[in-house]
Amino acid sequence: MTPLVEVRNLLVKRGSHTALQLEHLAIQNAEVLAVVGPNGAGKSTLLLTLSRLLKPERGEIQFNGTQASAESDTDYRRRIALVMQDPLLFDTSVFDNVASGLKFRGVHKDEIQRKVPLWLERLGVGHLAKRRANQLSGGEAQRVSLARALILKPQLLLLDEPFSALDPPTRSRLLDDLGTLLKETATTTVFVTHDLPEAAQLAARIAVIIGNRLHQVSSPDDVFNSPADEDVSRFVNHRQVK
Amino acid sequence: MNLEIFQITLLSLQISAIATGLSLIIGLPFGTLLALGKFPGRSFLLSIVNTGMGLPPVVVGLFVAMMLWRSGPLGDLRLIYTPTAIIIAQVVISFPVVTGLTAAALQALDPRLILQLYGLGASRTQMIWMLWREARLPLLAALMAGFGSVISEVGASMMVGGNIRYQTRVLTTAIVLETSKGQFDSAIGLAILLLAITFLVNWALTWIQQRGVRK
Repeated sequence: MTPLVEVRNLLVKRGSHTALQLEHLAIQNAEVLAVVGPNGAGKSTLLLTLSRLLKPERGEIQFNGTQASAESDTDYRRRIALVMQDPLLFDTSVFDNVASGLKFRGVHKDEIQRKVPLWLERLGVGHLAKRRANQLSGGEAQRVSLARALILKPQLLLLDEPFSALDPPTRSRLLDDLGTLLKETATTTVFVTHDLPEAAQLAARIAVIIGNRLHQVSSPDDVFNSPADEDVSRFVNHRQVK
Repeated sequence: MNLEIFQITLLSLQISAIATGLSLIIGLPFGTLLALGKFPGRSFLLSIVNTGMGLPPVVVGLFVAMMLWRSGPLGDLRLIYTPTAIIIAQVVISFPVVTGLTAAALQALDPRLILQLYGLGASRTQMIWMLWREARLPLLAALMAGFGSVISEVGASMMVGGNIRYQTRVLTTAIVLETSKGQFDSAIGLAILLLAITFLVNWALTWIQQRGVRK
């Protein structure tokens, strides 16, 4: 089966320093892949590269079996959706925030009016539609941010540590809800986190990036029980002890 | 006299509104380019613009007068001592104000907002439009500062407009003339009128601005 995304021989630099070097990574359709690693390891660089917000020095990204660079940045990005660590909601109503991506794609008003309440309900924030985004709590804002991305039905959803700023109970509830939604919608997802239990809960496979290199891609059990090398072992044990 | 005051007031408003509008048309995209662009000389251009924000109107008047003077490089256009000449000078005064404050407003936004907008599928134009929307409060302040810098200036209007009755006399130059003649009553009346107009325009813009204030 052709993977949805296949990355080969990738080298990304930020300034003069190598931010990410990756020989091969394949992301299957409907899969949730967690990317873990210490701070500064290159996890977010991978997401930004997959969103074509960073240009690699070399390497190729294939999307659905075709070269991603064959289409314009905007066309490519309209097949994905990015959720960042901070919700970064726009200074307008919750409704308009969730509608924004659809408006960028020229979706008709009637369809927007129909879809937005639906997705706000699915994320449990339907009652907040008319509220201004700056009046929301951290958990509510992140739910709105997820609704804003999921409403686009992206072929690839990129999540960059979306729960790291939330308190543990809020994080746990949101993680449960997101897990259910991703299963229901069969959305291919790359989920960056430095929280191993979080990664294991949401993803079928975990990619471990340490020191700007991909060290292991395997099931959570394999990462915990059969780490590929000393670096992965140290990272996993350190995180578990923490 | 009443009719003349009305004509002077109307001309002042027309000239300053057109000059502010033109400054906005040029300054908004230019300020955006300076804030978001990555090209050699960007910082240098930004420092020129920031210096331009404090340009003395008489200096602008001097250079615009030299350009438009009958023997000057643009003398053939016969614009000296016309309302158009005042508009040109006022654009030179207010354009750096609008540009500099636009750049500052956009640079104050969270830089990750651009990544987020692109990550939701915004085109470059849509991304810029959304940034203007996010920065609408300081951008309206830029507009008010631009208007304030031209409605109140006298040096440039006097030098390139010539303060010609019924043609290029505006409120500020009329106040100077009345004061020089010792006609303080008329000068004070015109000054109150100028203050009232400036207040009304800024009040309207502030009202629009504060509708969008974060509560």
